[in-house]
Amino acid sequence: MSVLLEVRGLTVELPTPAGWARPVNEVSLRIAAGESLGLVGESGSGKTMLSLALMGLLPPGARVSGEASLATKAATKKLTELTEREWRDVRGAEIAMVFQEPMTSLNPVMRIGAQIEEAIRAHQPKLPASEGKRGAIDALRRAAVPEPEVRAEQFPHQLSGGLRQRAMIAMALAAGPRLLIADEPTTALDVTVQKQILDLLDGLRRELQLGLLFITHDLGVVAQVAERVAVMYAGRIIEEGPTQEVLARPRHPYTQGLLKASPTLKRGALTPIPGTVPQLTALPPGCAFEPRCELRRAECSAAVPAFRLIGSDHAARCILV
Amino acid sequence: METLLTVRELRKTYRRGGGVFSQESDGARFTAVDGVSFEVARGETFAVVGESGCGKTTLARMLLRLIEPDSGEVQFEGRDLLALRGNALRAERRQMQMVFQDPYASLNPRMRVGEIVAEPLAIHESGLPSAARLERTSAILRRVGLGEDAMPRYPHEFSGGQRQRIGIARALILQPKLIVADEPVSALDVSVGAQVLLLLQELQREFALTYVFISHSLPVVAQVATRIAVMRAGQFVEVGLAEQVLHRPNNNYTRELLSAVPELPAA
Repeated sequence: MSVLLEVRGLTVELPTPAGWARPVNEVSLRIAAGESLGLVGESGSGKTMLSLALMGLLPPGARVSGEASLATKAATKKLTELTEREWRDVRGAEIAMVFQEPMTSLNPVMRIGAQIEEAIRAHQPKLPASEGKRGAIDALRRAAVPEPEVRAEQFPHQLSGGLRQRAMIAMALAAGPRLLIADEPTTALDVTVQKQILDLLDGLRRELQLGLLFITHDLGVVAQVAERVAVMYAGRIIEEGPTQEVLARPRHPYTQGLLKASPTLKRGALTPIPGTVPQLTALPPGCAFEPRCELRRAECSAAVPAFRLIGSDHAARCILV
Repeated sequence: METLLTVRELRKTYRRGGGVFSQESDGARFTAVDGVSFEVARGETFAVVGESGCGKTTLARMLLRLIEPDSGEVQFEGRDLLALRGNALRAERRQMQMVFQDPYASLNPRMRVGEIVAEPLAIHESGLPSAARLERTSAILRRVGLGEDAMPRYPHEFSGGQRQRIGIARALILQPKLIVADEPVSALDVSVGAQVLLLLQELQREFALTYVFISHSLPVVAQVATRIAVMRAGQFVEVGLAEQVLHRPNNNYTRELLSAVPELPAA
């Protein structure tokens, strides 16, 4: 499989009153065409800031180092070095994003079809009006929106939450990107609707050979959509591997703790992780999870543990591995 | 088992649309809660689970008369709550408190934590000397896992999980009998949500509390519920012991909800 996205040692720093914070800390990952990678983390883990860095949407003042390269239709581009002008050709056409809350990401006073058409026209400004309209309806149909001709003429508030998220997906895919970043796309939805959206994204990934970076806090959702999973904590990826393997045999104490804290339909096995996520401006010198870890040893606070391989494609940042 | 709360044929309708810009003038009504009846036994956790718009939050608020029902009955320890007014209603209300979903929106950002938690005392036990009020406040804060050093601080200085603990402390300071918890962990991270669920269970044992627990999440409800009611379009479609509803559901909608839950692979 051809590699679409290759991220190496990506670091994002943001200025805060308490000094520079590193929401993304030497992150490396790769996604091939047609592959889905789940990125799991709690709030403050840096997962959203990572996705914004990959979209060129970081807040002003952010410092970025490391590399992120994307295989576009024409050539491989270094995302970390693009100018705003160059980003306009990449965003939408090569890499696109779906957000958690479709109501706040859609324009409330613009018809759904016109919004999708705008996404297409950004990359094909000379498209005739009739084709733009048809393109929008095709995009809605691809996202399995029933009666796409009717929906294209409606406004966002006339659609249910699930349909809005389908419209968002249609818009994200309208200009034919090869990599889709989905940031908690089903968190605001009911479970029955969530299942439909997850099935839709999975189908589109196979059909269009999309690379999918699926960001979520929900391990159950990751198990449904992602072949591989990366677990993030305090800005770093602390465990990565095939989803079934990582969830069935987690090796990092944080991943183990997250699994034990996740409610399932079985009762009684719930064990919370003590303490809270550390402040990014006051990270411990060694393993960031050390203060909450029940298996900690003296050497855990000495230095950040390196990634250690478990088998051929499963790795964790823990000295106990 | 002794019954603490009895609800009979509770009903609430709203006018559909009806805003300033509404074109609908036919007075069409939307039924949020459509004739719901149930009993809650002392010491149990009665969970109401359903998807958005099913009426579960309206139901929760009607139990405390934060929303006035159109019709029906709510009896607390055999007393008809809907017939009460003024002081009599206030006296009952101190027995029943609510824990809200959003720990960011449900705490006054301009009040110190000590004032927020002590406020119910100021209303219901206004004769209490300030030393005693302070003692009760710091005791309940300690019990929910926050130090008394939290008292002079403001809500924004706390994380989501800590704020939810502040909300729980406020609900418990009057030593109520019934807690209505509306999605108490859905705004929290997984590891923190588990802490709050366990805290609620400990407090239930310690203070002999009865819970009505509202949630959209069957996995969350599975951790705490004695009995589960599945709600859809304003009605209960299934009510039963948690074990039965989760593992031997009788209703097709319950089955649909259960099968949509993303499950983790077995370890």
